[in-house]
Order: sequence, then structure tokens, then C-alpha cells
Amino acid sequence: MTDATRIQVSDSPSRAALGRRVLPYAMLSPAVLVTLAIVFVPMLQTAWMSLHEYVLFRPNDFNWIGLENFRTALADEVFWISLRHTVIWMATTIPAQLLLGLVTALLLNQDFPWRPVARALIIIPWALPSVVIALMWVWIYDSNYGVANEFLLRLGLIQKAIPWLADPDTALASIILTLTWQGFPFFAVMILAGLQSIPRSYYEAAAIDGASTWRQFWHITLPGISGVVVTAVLLRTIWVANSFDVIFVMTGGGPGYSTHTLPLYAFVKARTNLDFGYGSAIAVLFTLLLMAIVVFYLRRTGKAVS
Amino acid sequence: MALKKPSTAKRILTVDLPMLAILAFTLGPYLWMFLTSISHESTLFTEGPSIWNATIENYTRLFATVGFAGNLLDSLIVASGTVVVGLSLSVTAAYAFSRFNFRGKRLLMLQFLLINMFPLVLLILPLFVLMRVLGLLDTHLALIIANSTVAIPFSIWMMVSYMNGIPRSLDEAAMTDGCTRMQALRRVVLPLCLPGIIATGIYIFITSWNEYLYALTLGGRNVRTITVAVQTLIGEYEVQWGLLTAGGIVGALPATVLFLLVQKRLISGLTQGAVKG
Repeated sequence: MTDATRIQVSDSPSRAALGRRVLPYAMLSPAVLVTLAIVFVPMLQTAWMSLHEYVLFRPNDFNWIGLENFRTALADEVFWISLRHTVIWMATTIPAQLLLGLVTALLLNQDFPWRPVARALIIIPWALPSVVIALMWVWIYDSNYGVANEFLLRLGLIQKAIPWLADPDTALASIILTLTWQGFPFFAVMILAGLQSIPRSYYEAAAIDGASTWRQFWHITLPGISGVVVTAVLLRTIWVANSFDVIFVMTGGGPGYSTHTLPLYAFVKARTNLDFGYGSAIAVLFTLLLMAIVVFYLRRTGKAVS
Repeated sequence: MALKKPSTAKRILTVDLPMLAILAFTLGPYLWMFLTSISHESTLFTEGPSIWNATIENYTRLFATVGFAGNLLDSLIVASGTVVVGLSLSVTAAYAFSRFNFRGKRLLMLQFLLINMFPLVLLILPLFVLMRVLGLLDTHLALIIANSTVAIPFSIWMMVSYMNGIPRSLDEAAMTDGCTRMQALRRVVLPLCLPGIIATGIYIFITSWNEYLYALTLGGRNVRTITVAVQTLIGEYEVQWGLLTAGGIVGALPATVLFLLVQKRLISGLTQGAVKG
């Protein structure tokens, strides 16, 4: 008894020190272990599957074929169509969201009586499930009874009803409009926070020096929000890349392949053809593409900001 | 630019009217969906949606024939489960990130940031294979696990930002008074960032409620969440837009209401990191 107590006492400083060093890791371990198990291991598994011939309804076949899936993809016409649509889709949706978000944020930063109401209501698209968003836009675009056609017909902008989602020429553009609608509130909210962090005294000083509104915007507002915009564009790029569920519900990638994008193609391959090997290969290719864009983007903006 | 006090007329022309236009674009589709859902199915195509003879027949049919109540319950279980898993795993992790300096901190933080960078399609296929092997397909647990892949890193990110807002001197004071680290966390830090934790939990609830691709892939028959149910409606009742839009309104309602409730705190948490960094 006495022995044990003495040992404990003499041990306690080093044990406490050890405890202090271990404690942060102990506190982190649950989250780290779980994410390792449900995120990183599955990701490696995707890479592993992409190197195999793996069709789910033939469960015993899991044959190593090296890079064959990737070679097939590069020779696959649908892959290139999807890639082209992916580029168009991301290169138009994100700037459109950014621009509309910027305008909205600048307006919300002004003084007007119903500003709190406007600020609360503007976020609604952000909160809606993608399935519901897809559903209501399919109804809006409906070729016979859709409100989009009726609206444009009444204004005289079109001569006859257009089947927006059934026509290969307009389907992708229609979806891009929907995605813009879904995502611009996020930009508006982020940029608004950036605007509000710019000290008012900057504008006062500029006004005293006789700077025009435009020059104030260019030299104070834009630099002031550039950090937020860089982060927001990055986050949004990844979210837009994930937002193929809206496309999946609205058109399923059709008509033909006219709204196929790479993530959708990978998903459809695995879901309908049960071809998990090939689907994984496309998913890996898409991820590499996205990573390349992100790295390139961070390099460029890193320089621009600093 | 916000300095000069312009006349009211000019303000209405340059601020109020453009704002109204953007709000009309934002809310128009939603209001149109609502209007359709309270119109009589029989007159929808002849007269179009109208507010004058509003009806709730679409909603009663939705619950009577389609069985939407069960789907709502499935969504509720999955979303609440994800909130519990996401929050409980990230509280201690966020505290460690916020309060300690230790070897590998940057790397570990980077790890949680990186998770958000990978596209979802990369995860959905192996998770399906994994759940099939574990025999978890079509269970609530499978969907909770899948949603946690997003919820855990997100809530760590949010909670680190809330905890950084609470001065370190407070937990040091508690520890001088004889608290251990964990007690300081539980009695001092947690109560102070409770509003932030609630906002984070509600956001996780909303995203899990709205999630569709995992719910479709890993569930679908026994466990059919509201989003999958709405999508199935589109397939089965193709032209019954009154019923479909009623389903959309019901599916979106909980998330919309919760979002409006917590939006202020949530946005401050989301933007804090971005504005600083």
C-alpha cells in the first residue's frame, strides 16, 4: 500500500507530462479513426477497383487488368463528351453564381428598410433538397404547361413553346441556370460577410481624396473581399462538382448524352451497368482533373492575393 | 460607396428595385411550386395554378396513398443519427485543434480539410461495396455512416471556429481552480459554444435530410428517405404535378424552416474562417 503510493507520487510529474502530450491525440483519435475507416480507406478502394475488371453481377470476377479501364475511357466517345460538358458546366456555373452573388451582396450591403427580410429570404435555395430543386425546375421547364414557356411567350421573346429539357441544344443551358439559382446565395452570403469586414474609414479617406465610386469599388472593395472570394470559389467548385444529383434527377444525363458530365457518367455506369471497375476509373479521372484545377487555382490566386 | 446619403427616389431605383428582381428570381420557383401544390389537379392544365380555389387535396392524397409518413420517419432517423455521430465525434477533436499545439497538428487539420475536397462520386461506389459486404445495405445505419463522411469534417471545421472565439484564459482559470482538461471542456467551453454547436447540428441535420445520392444507392426499399420518395413520385405520377409539388413542399419544409431559424449564427461560423484566412 505505502509502496504503491510512493511509486505513484514519484511517477506523477512524468506521468502528467506524458498525459499532456498524449491528451490531444487521445481527443483526436475517434474522429481520425472513423474518417480513416469511412473516407480514406474507401477512397483507396476506388483506386484499387479502377485497376480491376469488376462487374457487380459477376461477384467472383475481380481480375487485375492494370490500366485497361483508363485506356478504355480515353478511347470512349462518351467519356470525351462528358468531359466537354464538365468543362462547360463548371466554367459557366461558377462565374455566373459568383457574379450574381456579388451583385446581391453589394445590394444587401446598402441601407434599405427591408434589408433583414431580404437577407433571410435570399438563402432559401441553399436550404432546399436537390431533388426538390430538380422537381420544381422540371415543372417550370415543362414543354406543355411550364411557366417558363408561358412567360417567354407572353413577352414575345419566343414564338412557340420550347421543350427545354428534351431538346439537346437547350438541356445543358437549362440545367446550368438551375444550378446558378441554387448556388448564388452562398456567394452572396460569403461576400456580404467580406464586405462588412472592410473598415468604413477606408471609404471615408478615399472620399476625402476625391475617389469616384467606381475607383473606391476597384481599389477598396475588391481587394477587401478577395480573400473571401478565393475561399468561396474553391468551396463552390467542389460543391458544384458534387451537385450532379440535380442533373441526375432532371434529365438522367439525357436526352442522348447531352447533359452527361463525368461524375454523372461514373455514377450511371456503376448504377445501371453495375460496372464498378470502369465507373471507379472515371471517378478517379474526374478527381485527378478536379485536383489539378484546385492546385492550379490555388497557385494563381495565392499569388494574386499576396 | 455606402457613405453618401442618396435621395429616397434614387435609392429605390438603384437598390430596392434590383433587390426585388433578384428576390423574385430566388423565390419565384418556390412560390410557383407552392401555388401548384394547392391547385386542383383537374383544373391545373386547363386553367393553370391559381390561388382562388385553394385546396389541400394533394397533401391528403400524398399521405393517404403514397405513404409519405414512413418516408418522413426514415429521413428523421437518418438525419438525427448523423447529427449525433457527427457532433459527438468532433467535439473533442475540435477542442484539441483549438487549444493544443502538438506534432502533426497541421497535417491532421489538412486531412480534415482535404476530405471536403474529394468529389462524392469517388466515395459512393466503395461505400456501396463496403455496406454490401457488411450486410448493411438498406439500413438506417448505412445512411448515417455515409452522411457522416461529410458531417464529421464539416462540424470539426465549424466547431474549431466557434471554440477559437472563446478565450483560452477561461479554461486556464477553470484548471487553476482544480478542473481537469475534460472538465474544463465540459463545464466551461461547451456551455459557452452551445449556440454554435446547436447551429452546427442543425446544419448537419439539414444536409443529411436533403441528401439524395447516398440515400438512393445505399437505401431505397426498406429505408426510403423523403428525397428518394420525391424522386420516385416523379417516376410514378409523371403528369400529376399537383401531387408532385405537394411532395416537394413537404420534403423541403423542415429544412427550410430550420435554416431560417439558425441562418445568422450559422453564417457567422461559416464565414469567420473564410474572412480571416
